[in-house]
Amino acid sequence: MSEKFLSLENIEKRFPIPGKDDYVAVTDVNLEIKENEIISIIGHSGCGKSTLLNMISGLDAQTSGSIKLQENEIQGPGPDRAVVFQNHSLLPWLSVYENIEMAVKKVMPELDAAELRQRVETYISMVNLDHAKDKAPGEISGGMKQRVGIARALSITPKVLLMDEPFGALDSLTRANLQEHLMRIQQKVKNTVIIITHDIDEAVLLSDRVIMMTNGPDATIGEILEVNLDRPRNRVELQHDPEYIRCREAILSFLYEKFAKDDE
Amino acid sequence: MNKELLKKIFLPFIVLVLVIQVWTGIASIVEDFPTPSDTYVAAFGGINADGDEIIGVLEDPFYIENQDVKGLFWQIMESLKRVFAGFSLAILVGVPFGLMLGMSKSAQYAFDPFIQIFKPISPLAWLPLLLFIFQDINMTAISTIFITSIWPIIINTALGVKSVSEDYMNVAKVLRFTAFEKIVQIILPVSVPYIFTGMRLSLGIAWLVIVAAEMLTGGIGIGFWIWDEYNNLNYHNIIIGIIVVGLVGYLLDLIMGKISDYFDYTKKGRA
Ligand SMILES: Nc1ncnc2c1ncn2[C@@H]1O[C@H](COP(=O)(O)OP(=O)(O)O)[C@@H](O)[C@H]1O
Ligand SMILES: [Mg+2]
Repeated sequence: MSEKFLSLENIEKRFPIPGKDDYVAVTDVNLEIKENEIISIIGHSGCGKSTLLNMISGLDAQTSGSIKLQENEIQGPGPDRAVVFQNHSLLPWLSVYENIEMAVKKVMPELDAAELRQRVETYISMVNLDHAKDKAPGEISGGMKQRVGIARALSITPKVLLMDEPFGALDSLTRANLQEHLMRIQQKVKNTVIIITHDIDEAVLLSDRVIMMTNGPDATIGEILEVNLDRPRNRVELQHDPEYIRCREAILSFLYEKFAKDDE
Repeated sequence: MNKELLKKIFLPFIVLVLVIQVWTGIASIVEDFPTPSDTYVAAFGGINADGDEIIGVLEDPFYIENQDVKGLFWQIMESLKRVFAGFSLAILVGVPFGLMLGMSKSAQYAFDPFIQIFKPISPLAWLPLLLFIFQDINMTAISTIFITSIWPIIINTALGVKSVSEDYMNVAKVLRFTAFEKIVQIILPVSVPYIFTGMRLSLGIAWLVIVAAEMLTGGIGIGFWIWDEYNNLNYHNIIIGIIVVGLVGYLLDLIMGKISDYFDYTKKGRA
């Protein structure tokens, strides 16, 4: 695990603005992520979290700097870096089953029909959606859709799972439920996960390290917080855990004292 | 609920009675204008106002006297054949073309001005030119329908492609879909409801246009038949023709609507 897994070196992203200087969204980002580590990125909205994630996923290229996954420079998007989008982006004309099947079929064309079926069903079971597998995305709740999104992303065994505010659009109970799902899955199958959030509790609960970003323009990594809590974690018991409280306070102080933003 | 149903049956009935009243009124003012009962007899047969025994045009719509004299059914069939030929051709050309316009900004810039100019031209304006090119009534009618149908299909297909959300394309990118897979698995499913909307519009206009086109080309077809009945002074048959055209058009739209609902994933759609 000491091997370099995912590394970001001197990342900068500029957006050209017609007739003006480029907008420097993020700059000088350096980060090493270990295998099977869960990282969350937190920061005020507009600071460049999505921009950073899009560069790792390859959906958008950095202006300068290098992103390497297992020593290989990232070239565009690929199934080794699966993405769970905020708005789930399931294809509405396919059933839950077919949405996952589509991904597995494409990424693992060598599977025969039985293996394919088994793989899809395994991942549907992993998010407890066996009863809904033949439903259309339009017929299930937002939380369930997001679970399908997670199952679809994991079904192609990516090296890194990227999640951009995956639970941002959900109510707090559903959100907690999905966090539990994610932690349970992580206990079973280890993944390297990068999750963007602006929820402090979510960041502490889920992650091994919390990356705190300064405000844009020229946003960068302000502080990195290690969360030294054993797993499995229990959200109720954690409320009185001194380490949990320390982490919460560190993030709170970063976001609302050191890098407060008025317009929020 | 039941009351709604009663209203739905009863209210149109009242309107029908009113229409017949107005029609009777017009018939009493305009000389030689067929009365509703004359028209009914002309359609379904019986004894007319002059006491003559009449065989209605709808009584035996399947008769064939010779190549040029055929029953109403065959006239309609002939018109439908032309509409479907032109319409199918328009789908074959229009859908791929629309896909290209939707996917390529350059293609859109190149063709958009021409589409905007050609679209508002009445298809009948093309007819003399087409007649000159093909020197054939059938080809002229079919190509007129082709030109009629193609614009809504192109425009709606392109619109469908543009409505594909960035998120779906991102999914495709992460999975490294090829261009072909993107079209078949993402772009087409999103566009299908739009394409069918275009087809439904096209078919509606095509049915409007075929009647006029056949009046100009002559030969056979429901449009020609109506015009021919005018020349023969069979004014009641004109009214019958109009009603039949309306009913067929309504039926076409109904069928097209059902088909498009079937393929539209947003309206149950899924089999
Ligand atoms: N395509 C773009 N063109 C110009 N500016 C952009 C673009 N995408 C993002 N930005 C800007 O970069 C900054 C960071 O955006 P983003 O990464 O989406 O923030 P967030 O942290 O909320 O995810 C914002 O100020 C945003 O306006
Ligand atoms: Mg964002």
